Amino acid sequence: MIELSGITKLFNSGKPNQFTAVDNVTLTVHPQQITIFKGPSGSGKTSLLTMIGCMARPTSGRIFLRGVAAAMPFQQEGLEVVEITSLPERFLNEIRRSTFGFIFQQFNLVKGITVLENVMLPAYPTGEARALFRARALNLLEQFSISRLAGQRVELLSGGELQRVAIARSLINNPSIIIADEPTAHLDSKLSQEFMAIAGRLKGEGKSVLIASHDPIVFDSPLIDSLVEMRDGAIVDIRSCR
Amino acid sequence: MKQALERHLNILDFTLASLLRRRAKNLSLLAIYLLVIFMLASLAFFVTALKKEATIILSDAPDMIVQRLMAGRQDLVPADYAVEIAKIRGVTAVRPRLWGYYYDALNGANYTIMASEDPAVASGSAIIGAGVSKARNLAVGDLLPLISYDKSPVMLEINSIYPHGADLAAADLIVISPDDFHQLFNFPGGQATDLAVTVRNPKEMSTVAAKIAGMFPDSRPILKSEIQRTYQSIFDWRGGMTLILLTSALISFIIFAWDKATGLSADERKEIGILKSIGWETSDVLLLKFWEGLVISLTAFLLGVVLAYGHVFFLSAPLFAQALKGWSVIYPSFQLVPVVDAYQLSVLFFLTVVPYTTATIIPCWRAATIDPDAAMRY
Repeated sequence: MIELSGITKLFNSGKPNQFTAVDNVTLTVHPQQITIFKGPSGSGKTSLLTMIGCMARPTSGRIFLRGVAAAMPFQQEGLEVVEITSLPERFLNEIRRSTFGFIFQQFNLVKGITVLENVMLPAYPTGEARALFRARALNLLEQFSISRLAGQRVELLSGGELQRVAIARSLINNPSIIIADEPTAHLDSKLSQEFMAIAGRLKGEGKSVLIASHDPIVFDSPLIDSLVEMRDGAIVDIRSCR
Repeated sequence: MKQALERHLNILDFTLASLLRRRAKNLSLLAIYLLVIFMLASLAFFVTALKKEATIILSDAPDMIVQRLMAGRQDLVPADYAVEIAKIRGVTAVRPRLWGYYYDALNGANYTIMASEDPAVASGSAIIGAGVSKARNLAVGDLLPLISYDKSPVMLEINSIYPHGADLAAADLIVISPDDFHQLFNFPGGQATDLAVTVRNPKEMSTVAAKIAGMFPDSRPILKSEIQRTYQSIFDWRGGMTLILLTSALISFIIFAWDKATGLSADERKEIGILKSIGWETSDVLLLKFWEGLVISLTAFLLGVVLAYGHVFFLSAPLFAQALKGWSVIYPSFQLVPVVDAYQLSVLFFLTVVPYTTATIIPCWRAATIDPDAAMRY
């Protein structure tokens, strides 16, 4: 479970062009569910997800991870809650690497290297033996029916194939939470539905899926569990879809 | 420990894949880098080997040479001097030497002519160096005609030819009998070019030299150590001159390498952002860039040094020989004794590999410290 308490994110704080991206958000995201953050551009969805995913710190407020197997070097046995907003950068990185998997709007794959290398990329600095995460990457490519593309360079792939590679990459370190930012923005309807089917499958495997989107195929999908509607940095509605 | 090693290996693995992506850029950089290291290492190897060679040859030289000066110029030494010097306590032997230079108008070369009391060099015969043999196309048994002071020919039969191994000392040498020497140059009897003095105790060398200078105020004793020092200085000076010529190439390379290493393209910046967003720490990105710089510079360094070693010690440094061996028509061709100066190699390493690797890392520092969420907004 992810708990957000009074989260505010200011950009250019104290300057004339100060901008409030997220405004006093308090929210509970339940585990093993698909949670959609819906809202127009500039509503604060992406900023909120970056803070949940340990990529940025809130200006104020706290974020707690409960019952999430976060890789904390100092974590004591039985400690169920991790407050991530006050952790040093090194630990945030460690949590981000092991707990979260990211799927970006532009997929953000590295050009010039193969599909397999792209999928393995988040695992390189973990210190795990290469043979182990390579086997895992091949298994993921198999799961997403793209193992024939393993040796292919990513710039030669179609939009649907790129998306599958990006999903496979987000899963390489076996994270418990998947964060996707506008994952269907560059996909046609068929591929968008395919993405939602994959999200449903991941939920079935026990993962929490957080998606920021203003695509009706996503927020009208029967697979989603809750819908958080945002506007101007604040939550305007929270709905359970079950 | 194992985990840290795996991390390095994994990042190195990605570094190699990453370098192959920008193949043209990296290969051109490697080629120029390699050339610079090759030139500098060749120069270092060659000068060190020549100095070593000179030391080896001079180890057989007499302990002291006594010359005579007349009006500030070297003049012939009366043989009587040898008798008096031999009486000085501590002097083991004094040998008057007859030698001089002969200009060969046929090919413009200068030969060193030396007289030897060795019975192997009978009157009318000669032993010649490999350089002379090549320049005059002579083999054992052939006749070598030399023109004497009065333009009459002196015919010498070639007894033997010094092997190429002795080229540094003997390439331009012609050894003849004292009789032929006197006839060739009209050299006056009872005189010598100089005296070779052998002293029993090396510590007494300067004392003996001072005694000789006291006995014969017009004499000039030259110690072996002084000759060695002069040779070292000559090779250092020649090496320095060549290095100055290479400096422009070196500076061009530094500018080129600096530009290539520090220029971070938009793609590279974006890539760093992506790596940060998928969980790479700043230190991981810097480690990647460190390996990138090290792979290029270390490969260039090792290949450059190995090629330079082959160039100098197997091919006798054809690129530098003319500049460093001296100026002559007859160049000695010889295989240098392989000598590697670890200090020189370390200096070369720290002046090339370290600055390049640092230049690769520094521009990435700023790019690598961006917030990982920046990648979410591309």
